[in-house]
Amino acid sequence: MLRLQPFELVQPESIGEVLQLLSTHAEHVRIISGGTDLVPNLKLGSIKGDVLVSLQRVDELKNLKEADTQLVIGAGVSLHTIATSKLVQGTVPVLADAVGKIASPQIRNMGTLGGNLCLDTRCRYINQSEFIRSSFGGCLKSDGDRCHVVPGGSLCVAALSSDSVPVLIALGADVDIIGPEGERTIPVEELYTKDGVAHIALSSDEVVVRARVPIPAAQTRITYRKWAVRKSIDFPLVSVAVRIDHIKGSPDILEDGRVVVGVLGPQPKILRLSSLQGQPINEEMAHKVAGIVSRRCTPLANVPYSEDYRKLRLAVEVKRAIRSLFI
Amino acid sequence: MKIDFTLNGEQREIDVTPMSRLLDVLRCDFELTGSKEGCGEGECGACTVFVDGKAVNSCLIPVAQMQGREVRTVESLASNEMLSDVQQALIKFGGTQCGICTPGIAMMASAALEAEPNASRARMRELMAGNLCRCTGYQLIIDAVISAAEARRRHG
Ligand SMILES: Cc1cc2nc3c(=O)[nH]c(=O)nc-3n(C[C@H](O)[C@H](O)[C@H](O)COP(=O)(O)OP(=O)(O)OC[C@H]3O[C@@H](n4cnc5c(N)ncnc54)[C@H](O)[C@@H]3O)c2cc1C
Ligand code: SF4
Ligand code: FES
Ligand code: FES
Repeated sequence: MLRLQPFELVQPESIGEVLQLLSTHAEHVRIISGGTDLVPNLKLGSIKGDVLVSLQRVDELKNLKEADTQLVIGAGVSLHTIATSKLVQGTVPVLADAVGKIASPQIRNMGTLGGNLCLDTRCRYINQSEFIRSSFGGCLKSDGDRCHVVPGGSLCVAALSSDSVPVLIALGADVDIIGPEGERTIPVEELYTKDGVAHIALSSDEVVVRARVPIPAAQTRITYRKWAVRKSIDFPLVSVAVRIDHIKGSPDILEDGRVVVGVLGPQPKILRLSSLQGQPINEEMAHKVAGIVSRRCTPLANVPYSEDYRKLRLAVEVKRAIRSLFI
Repeated sequence: MKIDFTLNGEQREIDVTPMSRLLDVLRCDFELTGSKEGCGEGECGACTVFVDGKAVNSCLIPVAQMQGREVRTVESLASNEMLSDVQQALIKFGGTQCGICTPGIAMMASAALEAEPNASRARMRELMAGNLCRCTGYQLIIDAVISAAEARRRHG
C-alpha cells in the first residue's frame, strides 16, 4: 500500500490569507481544493507538496450565479453542484452534462471546478508508483531525462484530461486569476502551456478564482462527447466539444463553429470551422468536420488504448456530435 | 495537530498527523473498521462515508480537512441493533457476497435513496456508479436498492 508523504495542511478562510500563505511558503507549496487529483498524485510521488493550502473554508470561492449574460462559477463550487444545479442546467446544459460525466458521484461531491481546470496532465508513464517509474528510469515529468511517448522529445506531452475544459473553451469562457499583483482575466485556453510538466500557466502564488461562462445565444448549439472504457470513474481517452452557430433565421446554415479536442497533449486543440461558413448543417458537414479533425489531431501513446483506435474513435465522436446538433 | 469533528453524532477530538487519511483515522484510531480500503485511489467506493451529509471517498481525504465537519460511517446506519432497510435488503436479495464492497454500497445506496427516492433502475445504476463490486455482478445490489426504495414509498 502506498502511503502519503508527510505534509502540513493549512486552512485559510479568505482569498487574502490564501495569497499570503502561498507567498510565504514558496518551496513545494500546493493548493488543495477537493484533493481528488492531488491526493492520488501525492501518493504516487508524481507531485511533491510540503505545505498544502486548503481552499475548503474559503467561502468566497463557492458562489454560483447568473450575472447579465454570464454564468459565474467560483473555483470552489463542487462538480456535483455544477452537474445538478437548475441554474446551470437551464442556462448552459452542456456544462452540466460534461461535468456530470466526471468520475463518480462521490468524487463529484468532493472535486471542484478549480481543481478540474488545474487537473494534472496524465500519462501511463507518470500515473504509476515510484517503484514502477524507476524501472524505466523515470521521465521528464518525474526523475528522468527523457520522454517515453515521444523518444527524443524535449517537452512532456502528457494529456489534458479534464472533462470541463473542452466545453468551457467551446463556450468561450474566461477565468479570473488572482495573485500578489491583483486580478487578471484570461480565456480558458490560455491557461494551458505546451509543456505537460508545468501545463498550467500560473505561478505558484496565483489562484483561479472563478470561471465566467457566456450563456449561449439561441443560434448556438454545443455538445460534448467523451469516450472511456467504463462509463463511470474513468478519465476520458477521447474527448471533444463541438459548437455550431447557425445563421440567424436559417437554423440549418452554418455561421461559425469550433471543435475543441482534449486528451491529445497538455493543451486542448481548437479547430475553427469558419471555412465552412454558409454551408448546410447536415450529414455531409458531419463528414467534412470529422475529416478536418482527423487530419489535424494526432492521439499519442500517452494514455491507454491504441493511438489508431483513438483517432478513428475521435472522428466517430465528432460525427455523432454534429448529428446530435441537427435540428 | 489536534482536530475536532462530529463522528456518528458524537463530538470527538483527536491528535493526528495532518497527512493521515480520514479512512486510516476511522479504522485505526476510532476502530470503526466498517469502511474498507479497496483501492486507495478513489476508484472503488469501498471507503465511502458521509461528510456534511454528502457521500465521499474517505481514502482521498487528508484528515486535517475534517476540522469542524460532520462525519458519518457505515456503523451509523443501524440503530438500536436493527440494520437499516437498505442493509436488510442487501442481505435478503443476495446483494452481498464476499462483503468488502458492502459497507460502501450500503452507504452510497442510502445517500442515493435520500437524494432521489424515485430514481429509475437506470438512474440508480448511475447513482451507484462509484462503487465497484467484484462478486455480485451488480444485478442483485440494484434489485435490493430498488426494493428498499419501493418499500419506503409503500410505507410513506
Ligand atoms: C478515480 C478518479 C477518476 C477521475 N475521473 C475524472 C474524469 O473522468 N474526468 C475529469 O475531468 N477528472 C477526473 N478525475 C480527477 C478529479 O477528480 C477532477 O478533475 C476534480 O475536478 C479535481 O478537483 P479537486 O477540487 O479535487 O482538485 P484538487 O485535487 O484539489 O486539485 C487538483 C490540482 O489543481 C490545483 N488547484 C485546485 N484548485 C485550484 C485553484 N482554485 N487555483 C489554482 N490551482 C488549483 C491543485 O493545486 C492541484 O494541482 C478523477 C479522479 C479520480 C480519483
Ligand atoms: S509524456 Fe513523456 S515526459 Fe510526459 S509523462 Fe509521459 S513519458 Fe513522461
Ligand atoms: S478505497 Fe477509497 S475509493 Fe477505493
Ligand atoms: S460482494 Fe465481493 S466485492 Fe462486492
